[in-house]
Amino acid sequence: MKIARMMICLLGVALAVLAQDQTIVIKGQAKYRMALPDFNASGVDAKLQTTFNSVLWNDLYQSAVVTLVGRSLYTEAAPSAEADLANPSYRSGWTADPLSIQRLAFGSLQQNGSGLVVTGYLYDVTQPSGGRLLARRYANPATDAGARSIAHQLANDIVAALGFGPGIATSEIAFISNRSGSQEVWTMDYDGNNQQQRTHLHSIAYSPRISPDGQTLAFMSSASGHPAIKLLSLTTNRLLPFPDFAGKGGLEETPAWSPDGKKLAFAMKTGENVEIYTVNANGRGLVRLTTSRGAVLNVSPVWNPKPPAGSPGQIAYVSNRAGALPQLYVMDADGRNQQRLPLGGYAVSPSWSPNGLSLAFAWVRNNGGENSGASDIYIWNFGSQSYVQLTHNAERNDFPSWAPDNRHLVFQSGPPYHSQLFSVAADGSTPAQLTTAGKNEMPNWSWH
Amino acid sequence: MKGIAMKSPFSNLHSALSATTVLALGLAMAACGHKAAPPPPTPPAPPAAAAPAPTVTLTADPTAIESGSRATLTWTSSNAVRVELNGEAVNLNGSQPVNPSQSTDYQVVAHSADGQTANAAVRITVSEPPPPQQPPPPVATDLGFDQAVRDAFFDYDKSDIRPDAQAALQSDADYLKSHPGLSVNIVGHCDERGSAEYNLALGDRRASAVKSYLVSQGVDAGRISTTSVGKEQPFCTSQDDNCYQQNRRGHFTQGSGQ
Repeated sequence: MKIARMMICLLGVALAVLAQDQTIVIKGQAKYRMALPDFNASGVDAKLQTTFNSVLWNDLYQSAVVTLVGRSLYTEAAPSAEADLANPSYRSGWTADPLSIQRLAFGSLQQNGSGLVVTGYLYDVTQPSGGRLLARRYANPATDAGARSIAHQLANDIVAALGFGPGIATSEIAFISNRSGSQEVWTMDYDGNNQQQRTHLHSIAYSPRISPDGQTLAFMSSASGHPAIKLLSLTTNRLLPFPDFAGKGGLEETPAWSPDGKKLAFAMKTGENVEIYTVNANGRGLVRLTTSRGAVLNVSPVWNPKPPAGSPGQIAYVSNRAGALPQLYVMDADGRNQQRLPLGGYAVSPSWSPNGLSLAFAWVRNNGGENSGASDIYIWNFGSQSYVQLTHNAERNDFPSWAPDNRHLVFQSGPPYHSQLFSVAADGSTPAQLTTAGKNEMPNWSWH
Repeated sequence: MKGIAMKSPFSNLHSALSATTVLALGLAMAACGHKAAPPPPTPPAPPAAAAPAPTVTLTADPTAIESGSRATLTWTSSNAVRVELNGEAVNLNGSQPVNPSQSTDYQVVAHSADGQTANAAVRITVSEPPPPQQPPPPVATDLGFDQAVRDAFFDYDKSDIRPDAQAALQSDADYLKSHPGLSVNIVGHCDERGSAEYNLALGDRRASAVKSYLVSQGVDAGRISTTSVGKEQPFCTSQDDNCYQQNRRGHFTQGSGQ
């Protein structure tokens, strides 16, 4: 119901956006028509086959770089071997109208005792002969998780072989969920599978941020009596030491990793203001970046993953220094060259795209004062100095986070106190609801 | 030292001499100025052939007590005609409760018929009991607090103390000044609209603004702690202006007083 309405709204936006000739990240990239028959299998547990085939299908569908043609339309059986493609009439069974297949992915599964072996191929069948783009073999334990992991890896390899890498099929998303009774840090696969609770602090947790190397997660927790930054090791599930600069009665929040993983930017109460600081990941070398007057709040910093060559880095953040309502600012990572984005309204929650060219954010656009609270996700393009609207509904859409393929975003949406997480391609295609239980918010997509 | 029998110089002669001879010899030794075991008070019938050495043991249970508690001394003896505990005659075998007020050494001495002795000793250590636990100070809850201390409410996206909040906080300051034992927590709240991250900071700003105002009215800053929950823990959840206003506040709770 809700997801269908969102799909219609997003697709409507996609058409409108294309008509306006705005700069969007995947404009101009044609989507190959791809056929993906079930993989051949001999002696493989039926449930593993189903897991593998359905995960591979969903990964390639979600990638938003191919049009997967439905299997009910196929006129040919899947190739039993590469040699089948040497037969011109077999090949043309795929390429002829109305199927018009351009890329064919196929392969086989074998189960040897407790091991699963998958052989996968990708062919450009528009070539009169040959056209092999990928041939790879994968081995893993013959478990549901093992089959799922192979499908994800093969999907990424197919996306890369098509020229659209890196794929997102092996990436993960961190988020906050209250389904255990308190707001805690959780992680899940990018497709919503494997949702795991990672903290048990029984307090308020906010703003999880995965480090660029995927090993550490920074977040805010009020468990010590005041909002403070904490670090969690994603490999051992233990909290790592990190100094509490704020102390009793203080406030620290919104951590953000530098693209080289060596520093964190964060917000900390300083006198009557909240200022942006950077510190080394080992807790040393605290540097203050903003200096404000008059009860100013500076929060939610995010680094440019691809700053211009020779720059000390760039940080976007939220500030209400220009009046009462929060606005978006960009500065160098040493605090200089402060610039406000020309937005107006109530603008928050910036997320910088992996290629450095865009900023996704949440906006109540026509807001001179009080408002209904409905906010939408927008994308600001630095090059054209213009924005594109991604969501268009009456819900509270907030907290966008870019995927590492620079094509997808995850965000939270829903009525107050009942938000869920959704992923979508930046052109509005392939929306997916990722969570259903409890209130889920503040998603953060991993860097790889 | 337990049950060590002292050998008399005559032990080698025991087997050779009769009882009377032993007596005679004993008297003769006494006349010559030698220190000898005194004659037994009651005429015993020591074995004619042998006068073995006495033995004695002494135990205390327990060996360490708190002042005011009791312990039990237990002794046994053999080949003895008389036993003394710290100088007082006691049964040849027996036990006795004691409650020394400080650490004390106890000794038993056993005497054989021919005047040999054995002794044993034990020490009971007496320690002071721990002082009685001070009960923790009671948690006092001021029953008039919730009625008397009013929250301060704020405009949308603002942390300024507006006139109605000033009036409430002046009254709160008076209450706090007249209840010097009270300490308070101020929790900053926001309505549910907008960024949770920004609202956490805004809530903190609101709590700080309330604290500053109370301090400006003469309340000691050390009595006031502040924190923020942003838009979490709302007072109401409907989406209307009335509920939004209800949630934009600095909320007072009682601290864990002095």
